[in-house]
Amino acid sequence: MSAGSGSRTTEPWGGFDDNIMQGTGSAVIDMENMDDTSGSSFEDMGEMHQRMEEEVAEEAAAAEDDNPEDEEFLGMKGMKGQLGRQVADEVWRAGKRQASKAFNLYANIDILRPYFDVEPIQVRSRLIESMIPVRMINFPQKIAGELYGPLMLVFTLVAILLQGMQTSGTTIRNGTLMGTAIGTCFGYWLGVSSFIYFLAYLVNAQITMLQMLSLMGYGLFGPCVVLLVTYNIHFHYLFFVLWLVVGGLSTLRMVAVLLSRTVGQTPRLLLCGTLSLLHMLFLLYLHFAYHKIIEGLLVTLEGPNLAPMQRVARDVPVLMLNTTVGVVGVTNMSQ
Amino acid sequence: MAEEEASRPFAGLSDVSIPEDIPVEGDISVPMGANKRDDEYSTLDEPVKETILRDLRAVGNKFIHVLYPKRSSALLRDWDLWGPLLLCVTLALLLQGGAADSDDQGGPQFAEVFVVIWFGSIIITLNSKLLGGTISFFQSLCVLGYCILPLTVAMIVCRIVLVGGSGTVSFVVRLLVVTASFGWSTFASTAFLADSQPSNRKALVVYPVFLFYFIISWIILTFSPSH
Repeated sequence: MSAGSGSRTTEPWGGFDDNIMQGTGSAVIDMENMDDTSGSSFEDMGEMHQRMEEEVAEEAAAAEDDNPEDEEFLGMKGMKGQLGRQVADEVWRAGKRQASKAFNLYANIDILRPYFDVEPIQVRSRLIESMIPVRMINFPQKIAGELYGPLMLVFTLVAILLQGMQTSGTTIRNGTLMGTAIGTCFGYWLGVSSFIYFLAYLVNAQITMLQMLSLMGYGLFGPCVVLLVTYNIHFHYLFFVLWLVVGGLSTLRMVAVLLSRTVGQTPRLLLCGTLSLLHMLFLLYLHFAYHKIIEGLLVTLEGPNLAPMQRVARDVPVLMLNTTVGVVGVTNMSQ
Repeated sequence: MAEEEASRPFAGLSDVSIPEDIPVEGDISVPMGANKRDDEYSTLDEPVKETILRDLRAVGNKFIHVLYPKRSSALLRDWDLWGPLLLCVTLALLLQGGAADSDDQGGPQFAEVFVVIWFGSIIITLNSKLLGGTISFFQSLCVLGYCILPLTVAMIVCRIVLVGGSGTVSFVVRLLVVTASFGWSTFASTAFLADSQPSNRKALVVYPVFLFYFIISWIILTFSPSH
């Protein structure tokens, strides 16, 4: 795997690669495909294009002088075609070499390869561990530095957001929501990770960017579960309970890991407070911002005819109260 | 005369050629350069209809391989991106015209569907390459694009069903059709892609494919036309 643009010459006199790159030196044209009847000896070309073309023109002129009426004699015409093809071939190869060097330098996805080196069973165990807060915060806890799990969790969140937009029979703005969903999820993952990493850098916590991305990514497992459940079962109390329990567990896990890697009371408070605030608020936002559409439709469609689940008398005022609170809360948040 | 010949020692050989009717002994063969050149120009000289038909036949052959996925390497060996482009454009056009409220942009726009399909395929390809897959970039794009065929067929069926009305029955029918084609697409693409991965990581490659086709199926299922 070449890591840079180092020259790969092995000869002491400088191989052909460098010469062709710099445009100086000789370009040897392979003429063994030509007919024996060409009669010309080849010579080293100084500059590829011009002298080659001059020579081709020269030889063609000379050949025509020598054999003016022999049209079936394809030797000379074949030579001009052959030479042209050889030149084009050399040019194309040189250009391709330069392009692939640039590509390998800038678009080398092999840089990311070690971060995707996981087994399914490792991913599963890490998903479960992301909900279990660690106890020991006296020495730094290990964070898995992989990107497969976090990336897949972000995409799963996008899919869940998209799925949560569906209500039976009504039309949904799929197009704009798709872009918004992707933007929200990726923006959260990358943006909050960068922000917390910046804070960690300020307070000198021992965490790298990769570990931060990995931690935040796995911390999205809790919200995924919560949203999957509450987008399909529209109970406000259920959401609040799940928000506190599941969201809280994943936040606690992230906070504990960060605590174990930070020294000092104030830095710990700053980092962990910011992280838990952002994480919990994000889950709240995801539920309510996209829930408003469902809420509004539920109220309008099922006003007098409540679903069987909601026909218990004592639940009705709670539901209505939550509906107004929800709508009011959302309108407040969106302003 | 002798001086001229001496000064140009090889002059007399400048027009020597090997005639083709003299029998040549041994394994020496006469270079047939002229014939080769004719063959190269022949595909340029053929009528346009033949070129198009050849490409269409190749695309159709791959469609059949998608509909009956067996372990063959036809999709992988000669990959092409015409089929995926055709399917993507058809699907995006069919998804046009779905509307929500009148003050809204409407259903998924053409560009949105296009971008979702192509960027989703690129991301899945990158993922499978990073996980150590042996398949090349364009081969993977080709496979993922061709496996959208069942979903396109489902979209056509959904549109036909929606002409008859959009009640619960039509929703159930559409749900069944879309679910079946989603399963078919996922199964077909894993039949091609999973072979190129080490055996213990197949699940890691299949999962994003599942998500990708799930999102497309969801867009198809929630489509409803405006009146």
